[in-house]
Amino acid sequence: MQIETNVLLFEFALTFYLLATISGVIEIFRGKKDTSRAALYLAITGFVFHTANIIVRYIEGGHIPVTNMHEATSFLSWSVLVLFFFHEFKYKLKLLSSFIMPIVFLIMFSSSVFPREIKALSPALQSYWFGIHVILAFLGDAAFAMACGIGVMYLVQERNVKSKHLSRLFQKLPSLQTLDEINYHLITLGFPLLTLAMISGVVWANSAWGSYWRWDPKEVWSLITWLIYALVLHLRLTVGWSGKKAAILSIAGFLVVIFAFFGVTLILKGSHVFP
Amino acid sequence: MNILVIGLNHKTAPIEVREKVAFAGPKLQEAIHMLKGSGAVKESIILSTCNRVEIYAGVSDVDSGVENVKGFISEFHKVKRDLLDKSLYIHKGTDAIRHMYRVASSLDSMVVGEPQILGQLKDAFDAALKNRSTGVILNKLMRKSVSVAKRIRTETRIAESAVSISFAAVELAKKIFDDLSTKSFMLIGAGEMAELAARHLINSGVKGVYITNRTIARAEELALEFHGTVVPFENFVRELIHTDIVICSTGAPNYILLREQVQKLMKERKQRQVFIIDISVPRNIDPQINEIDNVYLYDVDSLQGIVDTNIQERAREAEKAEQIVDEEIGSFLKWQDSLTATSTIVALRNKAEEIRKSELEKVLKKLGPMEEEKIKAIEYLTASIVNKLIHPPTVALKAANDDKEEMLDVVQKLFQLDIEKGKNEET
Repeated sequence: MQIETNVLLFEFALTFYLLATISGVIEIFRGKKDTSRAALYLAITGFVFHTANIIVRYIEGGHIPVTNMHEATSFLSWSVLVLFFFHEFKYKLKLLSSFIMPIVFLIMFSSSVFPREIKALSPALQSYWFGIHVILAFLGDAAFAMACGIGVMYLVQERNVKSKHLSRLFQKLPSLQTLDEINYHLITLGFPLLTLAMISGVVWANSAWGSYWRWDPKEVWSLITWLIYALVLHLRLTVGWSGKKAAILSIAGFLVVIFAFFGVTLILKGSHVFP
Repeated sequence: MNILVIGLNHKTAPIEVREKVAFAGPKLQEAIHMLKGSGAVKESIILSTCNRVEIYAGVSDVDSGVENVKGFISEFHKVKRDLLDKSLYIHKGTDAIRHMYRVASSLDSMVVGEPQILGQLKDAFDAALKNRSTGVILNKLMRKSVSVAKRIRTETRIAESAVSISFAAVELAKKIFDDLSTKSFMLIGAGEMAELAARHLINSGVKGVYITNRTIARAEELALEFHGTVVPFENFVRELIHTDIVICSTGAPNYILLREQVQKLMKERKQRQVFIIDISVPRNIDPQINEIDNVYLYDVDSLQGIVDTNIQERAREAEKAEQIVDEEIGSFLKWQDSLTATSTIVALRNKAEEIRKSELEKVLKKLGPMEEEKIKAIEYLTASIVNKLIHPPTVALKAANDDKEEMLDVVQKLFQLDIEKGKNEET
């Protein structure tokens, strides 16, 4: 049997993400003074295969490959990596890959369990709104995924400082304030993206179906997600819910994102459900 | 040439003895010159710090070298030999190399991993170089020691974490705040440890220093010293709204900052983080404050706990460092072995032969097909040129005696002979 190119590329990417995750987790427990950048290099290698996979699928399908569960989850983990690399090179935080790569790998792994056939775009989705809507939505979700990873780093470091038993991890992790600020930046990035994704969705729905809002489960859950992150920002700006509380909220927020992503498609139904 | 270390340090001699034999500033040059001309001592470096006085020497004969160095110390400082004999340690050969590596990498220091010793060693070396008291062996050994020390510093965590309470406080502050230069701090009360911590914080860039004290005169005194602003003691809680780091060390018998006060404060601060260090005994700050979000309270015991763990950590890292020292001794011994006439001559011949062959090949290729006889003639010609050129240095190296090491070193440098590498390939 002949293996399709895109499947092969996907498997390579998945394997490298697994290796990056393992190497990142080892890095957390390793006692050496210098942090190794192995996880980053493995992630970059995986990302190259992954990007090739997406390009191949784009060419074969003729549209952005996000029209089934396999493609959507794969595209989500790709988007998280784009943001991860950006932050890695901008802030050079030690151990960032140790906390982000597990998320990337898990999303990518979930992608591998779904059917992988490439289908033509259904007529209902053939619109320039499609590209705008999904790219905004995926980048928004990716920012929330990053905020979740940074939130976990914050909680670990906060525990170190509060408990007064400074582990080796304490030396490697960035300062609490740095983590808190990056977490905040990510939410201020994800929130407008989500807002714009919803606006573009609403406008598109009106032109395609003649109504702005139809209480489709995905729409409802997007609204819930939007409200949660609106609350996170509101609480920070008014009563100063920063630090630990903000970290916990950003982890909880991402769990809702994940539910909206998988739960809505798998359990509930609606126009966002893939055929 | 044999390597020798003779000296005493904080472990073998009390301060009363160390100060007697110290080679303080102006005396050093005179000492270097006096030692330079004494008997078997061909090369020498004198290291004199508050914790150790050591003489590194390259000697032609070990026993008389020891005798010369001891005699020099006793004569120069006018101390009795039996007093010296009680405190002096003597390391020879491999042990001397190990000792020098360990001193340079601060494995032999009172506080393992402290960084000053390397600088002091470099200064001692500079003084020796300036007075031309060293030669090939000690120069190489000293440069090697510096690189071993650097390798240990980068590969182990020996100098990594804070081993004093005041440094531990700064280290923590750096893990709470991202940029200390935008943070302000308040010193409540006074005391040696608190002032030391304050100084370290200011050195780390903290801006905005507030000082408060029950005795206003004392506060003004400290404000002058730290370029800070005096805050009246009654108002200090209000001022904490603008303060990110607090060091508290007063003699008060009760808590001067309570949980409710800090809770209220945090609301007004919009929950911006606060790091509070309470060095006072009895404690001056309600320990429950640590439970409030974004407030990090450390008392003297928790800081001491961190320091203790760090010291244990350094001890563990020191074991790794000793392994590195052992490895590097091997590489120095290899170099020393290469300083023999035979190996240098062999290397020189090999190099010449290599060049001859490769050049010959090039020329033969250029000339194209040729009669066997002509090729032989060219080969004979090149071989005899090489042999004639190499003959005089070979004879000179074999005959060298007193200045052997210098000569071998020069030849190796002039012809770029990499004997160490060659040896590695063989084994």
